[in-house]
Amino acid sequence: MTQTAVAERGDRRAALRTEQLSLGSVDGSGLTLGHALARGDALTRMSALAMGLGNIARRQYAKGAIFLAAEIAFIALLVARGIPSLAALRVLGPVTEGGQKWDANGNFINVNPTNSVGVLLYGVAWIFIIAAFLLVWAAAVRSAYTAQVLTQTKGRAPSIGQDVRELFDSRLHGTLLSLPTLGIVVFTILPLAFMISMAFTSFDINHPVAFNWVGLHNFGLVFSRTGSTSIGVGLGLFTRVLAWTVVWAIFATFLNFFLGQFMAMVILRRGTRLKNMWRAFFSMSIAVPQFVSLLVISQMLQDQGIVNQMLKSWGLIDSSLPFFTNAWWARATVIVVNLWVGIPFTIMQITGVLQNVPGELYEAARIDGANWWQMYARITMPYIFFVLTPYLIVTFTANINNFNVIYLLSNGAPQRVGESAGQTDLLITWLYKLTVDKGNYNVGAVIAILTFVVLGVVALITYRNTGSYKNEEGFR
Amino acid sequence: MTARSSTVLRSGATSTSAIRPSGPARSAGMRRRQLVGDVVSHVFLGLMAVIWLVPIVWVLLESFNKNTAPYTTTFFPTQYTFGNYVKLMTDRSVMNFPVMFGRTLVIASAVCVINLFFVLSVGFVMSRLRFRMRRAFMNTALILGMFPGIMAVLVIYFILKALGLTESSTATTVALIIVYSAGSGAGFYVMKGFMDTIPISMDEAAMLDGCTRWNVFGRIILPITKPMMVYQAIVGFLTPWLDFVMARAIARTQDKYTVSLGLWQMLQKEYIAQWFARFAAGAVLVSIPIAVLFIVMQRFYQSSMTGSVKG
Repeated sequence: MTQTAVAERGDRRAALRTEQLSLGSVDGSGLTLGHALARGDALTRMSALAMGLGNIARRQYAKGAIFLAAEIAFIALLVARGIPSLAALRVLGPVTEGGQKWDANGNFINVNPTNSVGVLLYGVAWIFIIAAFLLVWAAAVRSAYTAQVLTQTKGRAPSIGQDVRELFDSRLHGTLLSLPTLGIVVFTILPLAFMISMAFTSFDINHPVAFNWVGLHNFGLVFSRTGSTSIGVGLGLFTRVLAWTVVWAIFATFLNFFLGQFMAMVILRRGTRLKNMWRAFFSMSIAVPQFVSLLVISQMLQDQGIVNQMLKSWGLIDSSLPFFTNAWWARATVIVVNLWVGIPFTIMQITGVLQNVPGELYEAARIDGANWWQMYARITMPYIFFVLTPYLIVTFTANINNFNVIYLLSNGAPQRVGESAGQTDLLITWLYKLTVDKGNYNVGAVIAILTFVVLGVVALITYRNTGSYKNEEGFR
Repeated sequence: MTARSSTVLRSGATSTSAIRPSGPARSAGMRRRQLVGDVVSHVFLGLMAVIWLVPIVWVLLESFNKNTAPYTTTFFPTQYTFGNYVKLMTDRSVMNFPVMFGRTLVIASAVCVINLFFVLSVGFVMSRLRFRMRRAFMNTALILGMFPGIMAVLVIYFILKALGLTESSTATTVALIIVYSAGSGAGFYVMKGFMDTIPISMDEAAMLDGCTRWNVFGRIILPITKPMMVYQAIVGFLTPWLDFVMARAIARTQDKYTVSLGLWQMLQKEYIAQWFARFAAGAVLVSIPIAVLFIVMQRFYQSSMTGSVKG
C-alpha cells in the first residue's frame, strides 16, 4: 500500500468517524418520544394526533402520506372490527347452549352457541394489533420530530430516497429483523398469550364450544389435595409427574453425557484400531429419523414383540418382560432407549471437543508423571465442561420438553385408571394428553404455564452465568 | 483456560510423582496392562456396535421380508423380496405414500430456504449491528425457545383455522411451511456465535471503502459464513423432514399427511399386520436423504473450514 493510499484511508476513516458522531447526536439518543412531545413544535405535536402531518409539512410527502393512510386504516378497522372484538372479550361465551327458540319478532330461529375460541382469538389478536399500532405511532411522532430537527439544523429533511437507502445501511437492523420478528410474534408470542389466557377459562371437555372466564379455578384444581376426579388431576399427580420429569431430565442428560464421553474416549484411545469404522457404526443411527427408530424399538419391546419372542424361544424367560407394563421397568426402558438415541450425537460432539484439547497439556502432564485418572480429571473434564456447558443446559431443557421419546415409545404407559397421566408421562406429554386427547384445554394450559415458569427461571439464571453470555465479544 | 488447568494439574501431579514405578519392571507391566486394555476396549466396542446396529439391520432386512407382520418366531426374515418397495410406491389405494413423500419434500425445501434467510438475517443483525432493544430481543428469543412448542401448536391450529388454512391439502402444506419457518428466526444463536468470530475490522475496512452495511452483509459476511450456511440449510431441511408432533396437530386427515404421519399410521393396530414390512421400506427411503445430507455436510466441512478468515 502506498503512502498516499494510507493517507487517503486515514482521511476516510476520520470522515466516517465524524459522520457517525454527527449522526449520533442527531439520530441517536436525543430523538426519543418524550423529547418529541416535550420539545417538538406545534406541527410535531399535532403529528401525535394526525400522524404524518409533520412529515408532510417538512416536504416528506410520501412518508407522511404512508403514516396518515396507516392511521386512517387503523381507526376504520378498529371501529368496525376491533372494538366489538375487544368488547366481546368480557364475556367469552354469552350463548352457552344452542337450540331453537322464539326471537323478539315471534320467529322461530336456530341459535348456535358462541364460538368462544374465536372470540378469545380475535380479542387477543386485537390487543396485539393495537400494541403494534402504538409502536408505529411512536415511530411517526419521532419521525416528525426528526424531520423538524433536521430542517432546522440542515435546512432540509431527508427525501424518501435517502430514507430507503438508510434502510439498507444505518437502519439495516430494522429491515432484516422485520419478517423474522413478525413470524415470531404471530406464531410464537401470540399463541403464548392465547394459551396463557386459556388457563383462566372453563375451556374443557364439558365446554368445548362456549366457555367463560373462571379466574384461578384451574390452578386450584391442579394444586388441590383432592383434585378433580373427572379430569384426573390433583396435587399428588402433579408432584409425581414433576418429580419424574426432573429425574428423567437429569438421567437423560447426564447419563448420555458421561456414557457418550466414555465411548468417545475408548474410540480415541491410542490402542484402538479402526477408529473410523467404530465411529461410522455409531453414527449410522443418526441417519434414521428419531420417530422411526423409536417406533421400531417400541414395536420390538412390546409384549408380543421380537425381543420377548426371541427370549422365550431361547428359553431364557417364561413370560414376557414387562417393558411397558411395570412402572419401574417402563421408566428404566425409556431412559435406556433414550441412551440409544442420544449417545451417537454425544460421541460426535465430544470427539470434536477432545480433538481440540491442546496436546501440550497431556505432554506436560505425562512428563510430570500424572496417571490416566489425573489427566482425565484435571485436563479432559474441565476442558469438556468449559466448552459444552451451554450445550448441556440446552440438552437439559430439551429433555424436560422431550415429547418424542415418551410419546412414541411408551406413550406414558403404564397408566392407572382415573389418572390423566401415566407413570412415564412427562409434563409435556401430560399436557398433550389433557388437551389433544381429552379436550381439557384449560388444565393443560395451567400445566404448560408451570412448565414454562420452571424452565424459564432455571435456564435464564444458568445462561447468565455462562462465559459465552457474559463475554459475548471476547473473540474480538 | 490453558494456563489455569496446567497449574491445577501440576499441583496434583507433584503429590503422586513419588510413587511412580521406574525401570524395566514398569515397562513390562505397562505393556501387559496396555494389551489387556486393548482387548477389553475392543470387546466393549464390539458389543456396543451390535446393540447399535441390530435395530437398524433388522429394519433394513424387514423391509425385504416377504412376511408382512411384525410378530414372528425368527429374528431375521426367512424369505426375501423386493415387493415391499414396489407395493409402497405403486399401491396407492389405502395410503398414498409417494404423494406424502413428495409433499414432505416440498415442505422441507421451502422451509430450508426461509429458515436460512431468517437465521442469516437475525444472526448478522445480532452479531454486527448495535441498536436499542438488541439485548431485549436476544433474551426474548432465549426465553421463547424454552416454551413447550406443542402447546403453541394447538393455538397455531386455531389461528390457521381462522385463516382458512386447514381445509384442503394444499392449504395444509402452506400452513406447515408457515409453522416450521415462522419462528425460525429465534434459532439464530449458533449462527451469531459463528459470525462473532469474524473480526469486526473486516466490516470497518469495507465501510471505509464505501460499503453500506447491506454490502457488508452480502459481500463480506455471507461468503465467510458458507460452511455455517450448509449446516443451517441441513438443519432447516431436516426439521420438517423429521418432525412428527407439529404435523400431527395440523394435518388431521390422511390426505394431508406427511411421511412421518404416514409411517406412524402404518404401525397403528388396524394396519400393522399388513403394513409392517412396507413401514420398514418407507423408513429406509426416509433415511436416505438424511444420510446423503450428512455426507455432504462432512465433505463440505473438511474442504471449506480452512483459511476463510485472515484477520
